[in-house]
Amino acid sequence: MSLLEVKNISKIYGSLKALDNVSLKVEKGDWLAIMGPSGSGKSTMMNIIGAMDKPTLGQVILDGKDISKESSKSLTQIRRDKIGLIFQQFHLVNYLTALENVMVAQYYHSIPDEKEAMEALERVGLADRAKHLPAQLSGGEQQRVCIARALINYPEIILADEPTGNLDEANENMVIDIFRQLHKDGSTLIVVTHDPEVAEVAQKTIVLEHGKVAREVINNEK
Amino acid sequence: MNSINQLPFKNVLKHPVRTGMLLLMTVFLSFSAFAGTLIIKSLQGGIDSLNSRLGADIIVVPRNAQQGLQSILLQGVPGYFYMDKSVTEKVSKVDGIEKMTSQYFLASIGANCCSMPIQIIGFDPDTDFSVKPWLEKSFNGTLADKQIIVGHKVNAFEGEQLRFYGVVCDVAGKLDETGTELDNAVYCNESTIKTLIKASEEMGVNVLTKADPDTLISSLMIKVKDGYDIQKVADYINVHVKRVEAVKTQSMIEGISDSLERLSFVVSALVATNWVVVLIMLLITFSMVINERKREFAILRVIGSSKRSLAKTVLFEAVIIGVVGGGLGVLLSSGAVTMFSKAIEKKLGLPLLLPSFEELMCYAGLTVLLCAVVAPVTAALSAYRASKVDAGTVLREE
Repeated sequence: MSLLEVKNISKIYGSLKALDNVSLKVEKGDWLAIMGPSGSGKSTMMNIIGAMDKPTLGQVILDGKDISKESSKSLTQIRRDKIGLIFQQFHLVNYLTALENVMVAQYYHSIPDEKEAMEALERVGLADRAKHLPAQLSGGEQQRVCIARALINYPEIILADEPTGNLDEANENMVIDIFRQLHKDGSTLIVVTHDPEVAEVAQKTIVLEHGKVAREVINNEK
Repeated sequence: MNSINQLPFKNVLKHPVRTGMLLLMTVFLSFSAFAGTLIIKSLQGGIDSLNSRLGADIIVVPRNAQQGLQSILLQGVPGYFYMDKSVTEKVSKVDGIEKMTSQYFLASIGANCCSMPIQIIGFDPDTDFSVKPWLEKSFNGTLADKQIIVGHKVNAFEGEQLRFYGVVCDVAGKLDETGTELDNAVYCNESTIKTLIKASEEMGVNVLTKADPDTLISSLMIKVKDGYDIQKVADYINVHVKRVEAVKTQSMIEGISDSLERLSFVVSALVATNWVVVLIMLLITFSMVINERKREFAILRVIGSSKRSLAKTVLFEAVIIGVVGGGLGVLLSSGAVTMFSKAIEKKLGLPLLLPSFEELMCYAGLTVLLCAVVAPVTAALSAYRASKVDAGTVLREE
């Protein structure tokens, strides 16, 4: 059984089909990149896989359970327990320190554990910046805090939306290295990107165009 | 961060401008409610205290001296008036009088002869029922000649001496606070006051009459027998005893009570208006704050906060604002009322007696509790809107 199976999903806004009959499968430990130009449906796909939205048609089966018809409350639970989200804009709470931003995810999941949150920051090389507010961190550092927050509850899937979109090359490489390590450790990664260099380090790339899967590419590196 | 409660605290602390604005509004709520309550209760307390302090059902004063009596009792304007002592005998024949005692008023002056300008009240220790019950609480014994008991607000203490018209008097005790202008008076026995009246006459000060002080009194305090109509007794005196005015104490107090009732209504209306305006402002501000915080709520939703948890966070923040603002408002209004109590008293012409500490604490607690309830109520709509934030859309819009 696949960890994630998307079956013929469509997302329709009025007369616009943001996603049109898209299907894909992700096995445990996979690293999948979803590519496509602006307006191709990447973000809609990300929201549906990330349990932030529901498809108009089709099914999303996560860990054996169809989440496409779940209530808002259940989707919150799924996000909390099974998905670690990484964003292009980092989306950190600006009045909490790096450490607290990680711990707040722990709080909503179970019990905040400062030691464990600190270890997560160490994994992304930010132990010495734990007490800094987001405004005191560089873009790359904020993204690494965001990664630490996504990892803290041991999610089934790490879902990253343009994770390097706001980063310079050095920080981009650093983030990709972290993804490599996560993948090596057995994490399942889905990275939405428009950057071919980021996509090609994944095992497989799905290219979306006009809401449809245009092609699938198996990458050589992996 | 080891509990949910720290998140609202952090948010409140890390946004000083927003928090300051909300706090200011809650302080207004608390200030107006507590100060209004304090003023109304203090006025009520002052009137109750005056009523029980006078202890008489009827006060007989020289004709046209009622205004002077009220000035002494209510506005603290030192004064004096006298009538012939023979009035005592005439009034004593009136049916229905249980007890009767004479009092003597004299005003000291702010000159070398006197320590301070003050109201001096003399009483007859043998017949007194109006002053002695209060004196006994702070002075156990009989006042000797040239011994005085000072009111609570008179700046003199037991063992000290005060000089009036060149006569040195020993302070034998200090009375408890009544909240009335009688707190600014000095009490002595009949013999002492006559000595002082004589001394003032000799100095040519406060002279209304050249009569022998032994033939004068200022007022007659009357306790009416049970079963007799106080008004009828007063009316009888007014008709049958010449050149005097019998004032029913209760009527005088009721006159004040009427003023108090009107004043209470005005204060309550002002407080209510202030509350309506501030509550609307709070409602709008909380609403604006929620718009400003949509992104934050979306992030929290995305990382796993439930709608209920978000709403709880917003409401708890409002409770913090309510409690802190309520507490600050109570402190500020306590300070303001205490600081300006004398000015309020003078302006309103009514006695003011602050409630007891226990009562104050009770009102303070209720005010803070009210603010702690009202603030989250005004934030409830915002909390609901926060819980409805569509995380995906909000974050995608960035």
